Amino acid sequence: MELDLAFIWAGLIAFAVLAYVVLDGFDLGVGILFPFFPEAHDRDVMTNSVAPVWDGNETWLVLGGGGLMAVFPLVYATVLPALYMPIILMLLGLVFRGVAFEFRWRTNRWRTVWDWGFTIGSMIAAFMQGIALGALVQGIRIENRAYAGDWWDWLTPFSLLTGLAVVVGYALLGACWLNLKTTGELQAHARRIAMATGVGTLGLIGVVSLWTPFINTLYFERWFAFPQAFFSALVPAMLAVCAFGLWHGLTRDKHLQPFLAALGLFILSFVGLGVSFYPYIVPGSLTIAEAAAPESSMAFLLVGAVVLIPVILAYTGYAYWVFRGKIDPEEGYH
Amino acid sequence: MFMGFSAELLARFQFAFTVSFHIIFPAFSIGLASYLAMLEGLWLWKKDPIYLRLFNFWKVPFAVTFGMGVVSGIVMSYQFGTNWAVFSDRAGPVIGPLMGYEVLTAFFLEAGFLGIMLFGLNRVGPRLHFVATLMVAIGTLISATWILSANSWMHTPQGFSIAENGQFVPEDWWAIIFNPSFPYRLTHMVLAAYLTTAFMVGATGAYHLLRDRTNRQARIMFSMAMWMAVIVTPLQIVAGDLHGLNTLEYQPAKVAAMEGHYKTHEGGAPLILFGIPDDENQEIRNTIEIPRLGSLILTHSLDGEVLGLDAFPEDERPPAAIIFWTFRIMVAIGFAMLGVGLWSLWRRWRGKLFEDRLLHRAVLLMGPSGFLAVLAGWFTTEIGRQPFTVYGYMRTSESLSPVDAPAVGTSLIAFIIVYFIVFGAGTFYLFRLMRRPPDADDHELDKGPTRTAGITPGPHQDTPLESGHGA
Ligand code: HDD
Ligand code: HEM
Ligand code: HEM
Repeated sequence: MELDLAFIWAGLIAFAVLAYVVLDGFDLGVGILFPFFPEAHDRDVMTNSVAPVWDGNETWLVLGGGGLMAVFPLVYATVLPALYMPIILMLLGLVFRGVAFEFRWRTNRWRTVWDWGFTIGSMIAAFMQGIALGALVQGIRIENRAYAGDWWDWLTPFSLLTGLAVVVGYALLGACWLNLKTTGELQAHARRIAMATGVGTLGLIGVVSLWTPFINTLYFERWFAFPQAFFSALVPAMLAVCAFGLWHGLTRDKHLQPFLAALGLFILSFVGLGVSFYPYIVPGSLTIAEAAAPESSMAFLLVGAVVLIPVILAYTGYAYWVFRGKIDPEEGYH
Repeated sequence: MFMGFSAELLARFQFAFTVSFHIIFPAFSIGLASYLAMLEGLWLWKKDPIYLRLFNFWKVPFAVTFGMGVVSGIVMSYQFGTNWAVFSDRAGPVIGPLMGYEVLTAFFLEAGFLGIMLFGLNRVGPRLHFVATLMVAIGTLISATWILSANSWMHTPQGFSIAENGQFVPEDWWAIIFNPSFPYRLTHMVLAAYLTTAFMVGATGAYHLLRDRTNRQARIMFSMAMWMAVIVTPLQIVAGDLHGLNTLEYQPAKVAAMEGHYKTHEGGAPLILFGIPDDENQEIRNTIEIPRLGSLILTHSLDGEVLGLDAFPEDERPPAAIIFWTFRIMVAIGFAMLGVGLWSLWRRWRGKLFEDRLLHRAVLLMGPSGFLAVLAGWFTTEIGRQPFTVYGYMRTSESLSPVDAPAVGTSLIAFIIVYFIVFGAGTFYLFRLMRRPPDADDHELDKGPTRTAGITPGPHQDTPLESGHGA
């Protein structure tokens, strides 16, 4: 029974993290793309396209973190000290980009400063999330229920590469979002950027995937031993389908399809990671069962999660629906 | 060591610094969310467009405050893991689900409806929009409920057992959530948020009345705020007194430190009004005291025994030097608020509420007093819990992550720099927004996402629902 709860929770936490990555991914991506859109007017439209939803998107990050503390406290207590610097920098990045939505409208003289805060904050947050991912894939040293590594362990060529991959990937999501929500010259520009970042994202996914099996024999066996190898072939095949969908949508001037294809790339990469990690939650150090909280904690929160997550998805969906359609570039200018 | 400080001390500074910034924003946004819901309700009920204009006036400062509350809050929720890892590992099974419920029941609710509340009036119509405003306001209150339950459990823990690996294992969730100090802390904090907001709104009204006492929006703001001051301050004082009695029962050492009693008084304790507490020598000097009043307040009898810090083992005594003062600051502000409230009641009765410039100046001066009282109150509560994080069970010194002092020190400096820049600018914009004359034409800088979402279809957000400029 206890085992089952832990696995259900591992699935729910994974879902929260994935929801965070794709949702906040596109609004961080819009921030990352700011430098490519120097026109003040374009930037207004870009921020307006995410202003009503960014807070809800970021809440998934709080659910991922808070949920981890509740049901896998040992993971929370070992991974966060291990990633001390990237986490703090990510938080500071999120501070800048979160306030920029409001602050840039409250001043004329300092608008450029907050625009830069928006861009740099988004980039740092994305880069640090990628670094955290890379460091986690490489493994974290744990002894006596505590992090036992060094302050700089997270900084390696591999984690820098995953950091870059996440920045480029978020930029792709952001560009596809703009392609969906905007019109005219802004949209055309976004489409060109989506094409370039799409190529970049696929290339980086490829390099990371080829590198990963050589980091830890665990991953190697997972991906190249039979019968899982069948699955190893399936994920790349589906990635190829998404890549085609992205290219096809962008060249045929479709608006929704590229965004969905980009989401597909993220979801597949995430599933691939899940396959590599299982049954570990911190690769090589802690399994899902070892890290689980007492059953009374997991059961208590699960009751609420089962009821509330569908409700949350429903009203979040409603909020997106209220703001559906294209942004009118003329509006907000009187 | 980092500049002479241990990692533990630096982590405590960092927590105190970041949470003190964070609580400033909820103290205002909890109150403002309810105030906005009230204004919109009045608009729908009375059909007087002035309430919609007031709503739109306060909506923008609310959005700015809320944004700062969100980003500073996210920092808090990760800080438990980065700096207090052992605490998270051991107390996580109890604290974590409470915060998990806060996310599921409150944060998503606030965030989900915030967009509609700020940008969606023309897309969903007034009624659904009112629902969205209500959801945001209710969300802030639910959020306060869960987080204060978690915090109260750390002060008065119960309903758990301790496992072999040191983890607190929840046995009875009902007992955990409704731990003995929770009802008092929740009441006291929510009232504190309402009072803080009342005095900010009142000060804004007073500022505009001082420039133009016929301004109708300023009059409504000021009048509503003064009603809140009159009604809520006495409630808050009663709640505070009951809270103190509850603390006396469960954390007598904290009360001894708040009152400046280093020595136990057997035959009736005095009430020490002022004095200079000296933790090193465990004595208080130069006191001004009222004989026996201390016993009367705390035990409701003239010669009741009041324990002093000397009744507790030396390594379980909280430091008195700070909380003796923070407690007095809070109580003094409480009585000052009561005084202002009564003054306004008297002027109202005389029909001079909008004429008395001295009253307006006093309220303007009292504008930030709620924030001060909230901070002073939290410092009293939290420092009074020392040297424990989970009172009686887990010490602060055992709670720390295995991080080095330079790591904590560097990040502390980074937080200080970023917070002062970002939240300093935010505070400046807030003041500028509240200084706008409430009935003037739209100010250029009001635009932006909070006024004109700029999303098709649907016309401009404000104008169609608002006809002309009254007042
Ligand atoms: C009395 C109320 C209260 C107290 C004591 C705290 N908070 Fe808070 N918090 C709120 C009341 C609140 C709120 C009213 O719900 C906020 C403020 C503005 C906002 O956006 O929501 C919020 C925002 C907020 C957020 C962002 C939520 C989002 O994404 O929308 C997080 C993660 C936290 N808080 C976490 C914390 C932690 C870890 C605390 C303890 C140290 C804490 N808060 C103390
Ligand atoms: C929001 C209002 C709050 C304020 C202003 C506040 C303030 C403080 C301060 C000043 C300290 C330092 C005490 C000392 O080291 O002497 C502290 C410690 C602490 N507080 Fe709070 N607190 C608040 C809410 C909370 C909540 C809601 C929780 C938990 C759910 C919490 C958990 C802690 C913990 C774990 C510590 C230990 C670290 C330390 O001793 O510095 N606090 N707080
Ligand atoms: C004059 C009457 C007041 C009395 C007698 C009083 C009493 C108290 C006491 C005894 C505590 C400590 C609780 C503990 O042991 O942990 C406390 C905490 C606190 N007070 Fe007050 N208080 C008063 C006025 C105010 C006012 C006017 C405000 C704000 C506007 C305020 C805000 C707070 C806050 C935020 C806390 C910390 C949270 C908590 O523990 O409830 N208080 N108060």
